[in-house]
Formats: sequence, structure tokens, C-alpha cells
Amino acid sequence: MNADLRTRLGGLDLPNPVVTAAGCAGAGRELAQFFDVAQIGAVTTKSVMLEPHAGRPAPRMAETPSGMLSTTGMQGPGVDVFLQRDLPWLLSRGGRAIVSIAGAGVGEFGELARRVSDAEGVSAIEVNLSCANHADPAGRYFADDPAQAAAVVQTVRSHARSDLPVLAKLSADVPDVVDLAGACVAARADGLTMINTVRGMAVDSRTLRPAVAGGMGGLSGPALRPIAVGCVYRVHEALPDVPIIGVGGVRTGADVIEFMAAGASAVAVGTVNFSDPSACARVLREFTEALDARGIARARDLVGAAHRPGTGV
Amino acid sequence: MSDNGPVQVRCPVLNVRRVDAYYAITVVAPGIAERFRSGQFVSVSVGGDHSSTLLRRPFAIHDVKPDYGGTVEFLFSVRGTGTAWLAERRSRDLLDVVGPLGRPFPLPRDPVNCVLVGGGSGSAPLFPLAQSLRRRGCRVDFVLGAASADRVFSAITARRVAETAVFTTDDGSFGTRGRVTDVLGRVIEEARSDVVYACGPMPMLRAVTAVAGTHGIPVQVSVEETMACGTGICMTCVVPVVGDDGITRMVRSCVDGPVFRGEQVRFDDVGSIPFDALGAPGWKGSSAARAAESARDIA
Ligand SMILES: Cc1cc2nc3c(=O)[nH]c(=O)nc-3n(C[C@H](O)[C@H](O)[C@H](O)COP(=O)(O)OP(=O)(O)OC[C@H]3O[C@@H](n4cnc5c(N)ncnc54)[C@H](O)[C@@H]3O)c2cc1C
Ligand SMILES: Cc1cc2nc3c(=O)[nH]c(=O)nc-3n(C[C@H](O)[C@H](O)[C@H](O)COP(=O)(O)O)c2cc1C
Ligand code: FES
Repeated sequence: MNADLRTRLGGLDLPNPVVTAAGCAGAGRELAQFFDVAQIGAVTTKSVMLEPHAGRPAPRMAETPSGMLSTTGMQGPGVDVFLQRDLPWLLSRGGRAIVSIAGAGVGEFGELARRVSDAEGVSAIEVNLSCANHADPAGRYFADDPAQAAAVVQTVRSHARSDLPVLAKLSADVPDVVDLAGACVAARADGLTMINTVRGMAVDSRTLRPAVAGGMGGLSGPALRPIAVGCVYRVHEALPDVPIIGVGGVRTGADVIEFMAAGASAVAVGTVNFSDPSACARVLREFTEALDARGIARARDLVGAAHRPGTGV
Repeated sequence: MSDNGPVQVRCPVLNVRRVDAYYAITVVAPGIAERFRSGQFVSVSVGGDHSSTLLRRPFAIHDVKPDYGGTVEFLFSVRGTGTAWLAERRSRDLLDVVGPLGRPFPLPRDPVNCVLVGGGSGSAPLFPLAQSLRRRGCRVDFVLGAASADRVFSAITARRVAETAVFTTDDGSFGTRGRVTDVLGRVIEEARSDVVYACGPMPMLRAVTAVAGTHGIPVQVSVEETMACGTGICMTCVVPVVGDDGITRMVRSCVDGPVFRGEQVRFDDVGSIPFDALGAPGWKGSSAARAAESARDIA
């Protein structure tokens, strides 16, 4: 038996639910040395800004138990180069592109949405609400305030082509992720991606200095998974009709099942791509084998199973 | 997926042995061995499939041999959890290895005089380089330095393959007391060196680049920056490098390096974002810089 892996995120149909997480796969080119990027559901590209950005100083990374802290600071070539160089490469390989955008301010998000919509072949736009809000002197994230997040989503929705799904990427570093989700959906997000990295810190016990430049970093990797699964579960409970991409520490096919049962329609692989460049293909294979072994005919039947008593095996 | 790009393999360990203060692991990895060019590295999973030490450890490839279909050797010292785990591997254990990664040392077209400068474990990639250079008819001289005698790696091999080999140690327990740069100028003059190759800690590379500069010869350096992926997707391993077009970019040392022309690395700015780097805060790129950027192909 071969399970039907197809999944649906609002208006976006994907052949299977395994995608890459933004910033953890480039635009697919490097990982294509290890597997065929057309084989996975989609490649979510690194958040692109309007202008080139040099990012943060090194050291940008520290390993932590089952995870890592990073502070890359949105380094990237800017949207023009991305659209001329990186996106066409991905599309030429038959890959599906979810383009993540990060504006320094609300207006920039609108401009990015317009430019990305003008490009051909994009499958969806993901709105990174966890880049620092430049208008805010404290460097807070748009996601820190549901009203700000909603303003961004609304701007993106009104500038993006109407048939292009807009996904809002949420952070768990908020008083209530359900409030944030609700605000983004009310602002007409077609789906939600959750979660982004969580703020954290490591101090080098030898130098007694923060392990990454700038002190705080974003925690990612399997250490994050219970937090992410919890967010997906709560938001799916509150908003059962809103499609969700689950992100946070996915390492195996079983993790995909966990996220889908909690309420995700697709699942993104992030940090684990760093430790295993074949991870996406492996996770997809393990997921398929697990479905077959359990006799589950359709992957989408898993979505939200943890909310329904008596559906486990 | 491609013939010359890196591959990911689960390879059996052939042996683990002590070499001076270091461990040398040899694995059977034909695909990596046949693709390898000197200067490239491997990244190795540590702790097993479900380990909490998630990230791979990068190591320079020290040797490849045709035996057993193609073996790859790398050398390391125990620094922390990952290298401690590696030191406990035994023959027939399996290691998950990705390689060969990174840009190799560029080789001169004509037979020229080359001086190879290594600091501590940074000497490892210089040995296959020496062999390649010798095969091209180049003269090879070694300058190897370390903290103490037991950390000067493979002095005997260096003496055997090179025209001359000079050693320095910080504590004077072997060779000359002092730094590699204390003797490098003299070696360059006596050997009439045309080019310097260097691998070791960043401050050493910076000092070696300065010495090569005063002698007016080019220098190729292999840098070491912390790496989360080694494959070019995480953007954690960046160093400020000036391109041929005069524009400074934060480039990835794993795929755009680890080998760079010494003069192009902005050593004084490592650990910061130079104000004039492409995309630095306040950067106002010219349209030429933007055009150059979109034409630039990524590795
Ligand atoms: C391109 C390259 C080639 C290298 N070649 C060699 C070699 O041939 N022989 C050798 O002994 N060492 C080499 N190193 C350094 C080696 O990678 C580290 O010693 C090793 O990762 C330490 O791992 P650990 O688990 O013991 O230390 P931990 O401190 O527990 O490691 C924690 C994290 O920090 C990273 N890290 C720690 N030290 C370094 C370092 N010096 N450079 C980069 N990342 C580091 C680790 O990879 C890991 O992600 C190389 C590094 C690079 C970047
Ligand atoms: C190095 C690095 C860079 C990232 N860059 C982005 C980014 O550009 N945009 C974004 O929305 N999320 C970014 N993320 C967050 C990931 O997409 C993901 O949400 C998070 O890492 C949790 O998933 P993981 O545990 O599988 O990595 C980045 C994460 C890491 C580790
Ligand atoms: S280590 Fe990830 S980009 Fe270089």
C-alpha cells in the first residue's frame, strides 16, 4: 500500500506535507546536492528583505542540548537578487517555493509582497513576524504585539496577488499564541506557520561571556519541539479550520506524525537540515513508511487526530 | 546527486590511533576519497542518531589513500563532548560523514617554491597539499608551530616530504621558541618562496598574511570559524572578505572558503560587520554593486 500523502494549506496543494523551514535550507540549492528538492512538499526560502543585509557579527552560533542558538540577523542579498538568481534556480528544478519575507517596517512588507507576487511560479508567501521591528527602539518583534502582527499581515494580504496564499509565521515568545493566531487570521492570513526560534542565551563557562555575539540568540532544534507541538495543538483547538505548518525540532518521520496529530497540515524541517543534509528526504521516507505500517491511507486524516479520542493505534 | 559535490555516507572506521597529542581516525569512504582535493574538510556526526549533540564537527582531511577502495583520514584533538566521543570510536564502528566540503587550496600552474605554515592541528591539511605540490614539481618548505613539542604534528613526515622543515613552540620544548612568524621571513628568503599556504588559528593567519605581504608574495589561508552546517545554508560561519571587485561581503567560510587569499580576508574586522560591507547598517550600495551581486553565482 502507498498512502496518499497530499495535503492542502488553504489554497495551496502540496504533494506531501514535508517542507523546509525558512532560513534552514537557503533556496534549496545546497541541499539539492543531497536529494531532489522537487520530491518534498515545498522549499520555504530564507526570509528575504528589500535591501541586502550583512547580518550580525560572529560568533553566530552555539550548540546547546538538543539544539542551537543562532543570531544570523537576516543576512541576505535583498529581494532583487533573490528573484533574479535564487528563485529561478529552485523553480527550474521543479521545486515549489514558499517565499518568506521580512520587512523592516510595515510598508516594506507591502513592497516585498508586491514584488514577490509579480514573480512567476511562487506557491505562497510566508510572513516572518519575528524580525525586529525597526520602528521600535527596543527592537521588539512584530509578533510581540498581536495588533502589530495583524497590521503586517493585512498589508501583505492587500499587496499580494489575491490567489497567492499568505501564511503568518508566529512566535511562541508571546503571552498567548492563540491571541496572536486569532489576530493574524482576522487580518486574513490563509494559514499559520509555527513556531519561530525562541529567545535564549548561553554563557561560555570558560570566558564567562555570552556564547553568541550580541548575547541573546534564537533557540532551535529538537529542544524546541514540545513548545512547538503545544502551540500547534492549542491553536488548532481554537481555530480548527485554519491550516498550520508545524515547525520546531522535526528530526524523524514520527515527529511529522506528532505535529499533524496536534493539528498541522504540513511540517517544516529546520535545524536538522544542518546536522543531516538529507533530512528532508529521510523524514519523508520515514513518514511514508510509518503511515503504511499503520495502515493509514491518507496523510491528511492525521490532521488534528490528537484532539479526537480513540483515533490512535 | 552530483559527481563532484559532497556526499553523505555512513562509513566504517578502519582505525583510530594516537599521533603525538592528536587522534587520527581513518574511515572507508570511497566517494569522499575520490572527490577530495587538498584543503577540503569533512563534517562528522557525533554521539549517535538521537544524540543531544546535534551539530556536526568539521575536520580537515589529512590524507586519502586508495586502500580498501578509498580511505579518508582526519586528525583531531579532544576539545569537548564531540571530540571526546570520537576518540572512543573503534574499528568497524560506523560514522556519518559528509564531504568533501569547501573550496580546496588553489594549486600553481607552474612549478614554484611554496612554504606551508601550520599551527597546531592546522597542519593536517598541509600534508596532502605538500604531496600535490610536489607532484607538480614545486619546492615545498614547512614551518610548523604549536604550543608545545607534542602538539607539533608529524614533524617526521614534514621533514621527509619537504626541502626544509622548521619548527617553533611557544614553550621552546621543540625547535625554536616563539611563533611561526618569527622564522617565516627567513624561510621565505632562503627558499626564495613564491607563495605561502597557511592553516591555523585566526591570529596566526593574520600575522602570516602580514609577513607574506612584506615579502610581496601571495598567501592562501584556510580559516576556522564555528560552523553549524558546513554546507552553506545556515549563514553562521561568515567572515568579512574583499572580493576582486573591491566589495567586502560577509561570506560563508564553509562553501566560499575555508581557503581564501590572505590579503582579501579583513582579519581586523573578524567578529564584526565592517561598516562598508555589502548590506551593513547604513550601507548605500551603488547600482554596480547590486548588479555584481545578482550576477555572482553561489557555490
Ligand atoms: C574547517 C575546519 C576544519 C577543522 N579541522 C580540524 C582538524 O583537522 N583537527 C582538529 O582537531 N580540529 C579541527 N577543527 C576544529 C574542530 O572542528 C573542533 O575542535 C571541534 O568541532 C570541537 O568539537 P567538540 O565537540 O570537541 O567541542 P565543543 O566545544 O563541545 O563543541 C561545541 C560546538 O562548537 C564547535 N566548535 C568548537 N570548537 C571549534 C573550533 N575550533 N572551530 C570550529 N568550531 C568549533 C563545534 O563544532 C560544536 O558545534 C576544524 C574546524 C573547522 C571550522
Ligand atoms: C540559522 C537559522 C536561521 C533562520 N532564519 C529564519 C528566517 O530567515 N526566517 C524565518 O522565518 N525563520 C528563520 N529561522 C527559524 C526556523 O525557520 C524555524 O522556525 C526554527 O528554527 C524552529 O525550527 P527547527 O527547530 O526545526 O529549526 C531560522 C532558524 C535558524 C536556526
Ligand atoms: S556552516 Fe552553515 S553556512 Fe557555513
